[in-house]
Amino acid sequence: MTAVDSAAPLDTDDLGVPVTTDPGGQTVLHPQPGRLPEVVEALRDAGYVQCLDVCGVDYLGAESRDDLPTGVTPQRFEVVVTLMSHEARRRVRLRVQVPAAEPRLLTLFDLFPGTENPEREVFDMFGITFDGHPDMTRILMPEDWEGNPLRKDYAVGIVPVRFKAAGDTR
Amino acid sequence: MSTEAPATGGRIYSRTGGPVLRLSESESLTATPSAPERMIINMGPQHPSTHGVLRLLLELDGETVRRCKPIIGYLHTGMEKTGETLTYLQGPTNVTRMDYASPLFCELAFSAATETLLGLELPPRATWIRMLMCELNRISSHLLFQATNGMDLGAVSMMLYGWREREEVLRLLEKITGLRMNHNYIRPGGVAADLPDGWRDDVLRLLDPIGDRLDEYDALLTGQPIWRERLQGVGVVSAAECLALGVTGPILRSTGYSWDLRRHMPYLAYEQLTFDVICGTFGDSFDRYAIRLNEIRESIRLVRQILEGMPPGDYRVQDKKVTPPPRGRIDESMEALIHHFKIFTEGFKVPAGEVYEAVESPRGELGCYMVSDGGSKPLRMHIRAPSFINLQALPYMLEGRLVADAVAIISSVDPIMGEVDR
Repeated sequence: MTAVDSAAPLDTDDLGVPVTTDPGGQTVLHPQPGRLPEVVEALRDAGYVQCLDVCGVDYLGAESRDDLPTGVTPQRFEVVVTLMSHEARRRVRLRVQVPAAEPRLLTLFDLFPGTENPEREVFDMFGITFDGHPDMTRILMPEDWEGNPLRKDYAVGIVPVRFKAAGDTR
Repeated sequence: MSTEAPATGGRIYSRTGGPVLRLSESESLTATPSAPERMIINMGPQHPSTHGVLRLLLELDGETVRRCKPIIGYLHTGMEKTGETLTYLQGPTNVTRMDYASPLFCELAFSAATETLLGLELPPRATWIRMLMCELNRISSHLLFQATNGMDLGAVSMMLYGWREREEVLRLLEKITGLRMNHNYIRPGGVAADLPDGWRDDVLRLLDPIGDRLDEYDALLTGQPIWRERLQGVGVVSAAECLALGVTGPILRSTGYSWDLRRHMPYLAYEQLTFDVICGTFGDSFDRYAIRLNEIRESIRLVRQILEGMPPGDYRVQDKKVTPPPRGRIDESMEALIHHFKIFTEGFKVPAGEVYEAVESPRGELGCYMVSDGGSKPLRMHIRAPSFINLQALPYMLEGRLVADAVAIISSVDPIMGEVDR
């Protein structure tokens, strides 16, 4: 590893994307959905060599979304991409708003082939399609499953517990 | 956006070609292979070498694997969905069941994310107990790897030795946490209980023989020609491929790429400890075996330093919002009883926000992405499971290898299916 203290912090202003900071001090970018691959590519070229994670969030029924910067319209779904720069030893997170009416995004497979599995998981769990993904199929649920389990309007299954009167154990 | 596929490490990640077989489960029943002399077979999910219920679709050319697709989901129980219905205090009972070979790391990532949202600062003893427990857990997890890796390659005595030593570590974990596995010991705000009396002696009694037995493993396996023949040059990946595929942990380090969160982005109090990051050279199964063996030695070294440096004080944060009152006060104070009841029935409220915290688990970067809406249950709790991502490297490792090597290669990835499927 080279000396990392000299690594210049990423100038996020150049990307033209609203920036916030999370409670842990990590940089969060809020690109427009269409610009996601472009921003990720710029970050990759700036030293963010690994895409650690792609995950979805369903904000259905969430009351306040005031952690979003001005200019970003809150939508029901959000796709969260975490990138890692080993040189600068920091992560950056991208939060993309995905409307419920048209849950589609462009895939990041061409930039990071490692997003293949996580994107399939988001597709499976939230029903968000990634255009250009090589294998947009369910990954955790059975192929013929209906519904997207991690959506907030998908009920949690409950098995009712039946109690018996004391003494009647047979 | 670039239109050409990224060429990393000489291998092309294309959408149609390459070593990844992209075939749905239903298609696989009737699929015709890409060339007439090839055939597609299933390996697993009920196969003793697939570490649980991993199923592989293999496209074979005689005995040679050409393409492969891992099919997962057989252990999927919707733990992330369950996580949304549990309070922050109940959360660790859920996540601890994901990676059942190293449960404390899941609890740690979950607790760290919750604490960052709460803005809690832990007392030093809580931090050091967490480090102690995690390093002990890393030892037991890597011992489990040594056992299963030996079994997969026919070194049955190694399997027995590995399980034997692992059981001794688990016995100590049981003494400290109350359970062999799924401890629910690391909780938001600290740990569940202080270390028991005589823990130092117990830890020392455990460490001394394990160090000697690692040398026995070396004598049994490391220099053995058959062992080397089966592992060296098998399942090679390059550092560039690992980076492109998001692979972390011992697999990334086996390529010679030094990256360990404990060293390079320290959490807990790792910056105060001295240890080496073990790296390989060739990125093959043998390097991954050797790295895990030597990481046990490094963990022993770390535990000895933790024994020296364990500070006195509280084992959990004294914040009335998060921590229940001590047991003694419940008997004498009505308010304490109500307070205790409230924390365990309603849970505590966590400020709205979202955060990602990660730790170095024995398998790689284990992250927890947590979104809070200000209530007592997370709006979203996502675990970035290292095995789930690392499995993507499997087709690249298997390409061009024999079916017999597949067993060695799956084993060297060390996937824990509970974590893969969550």
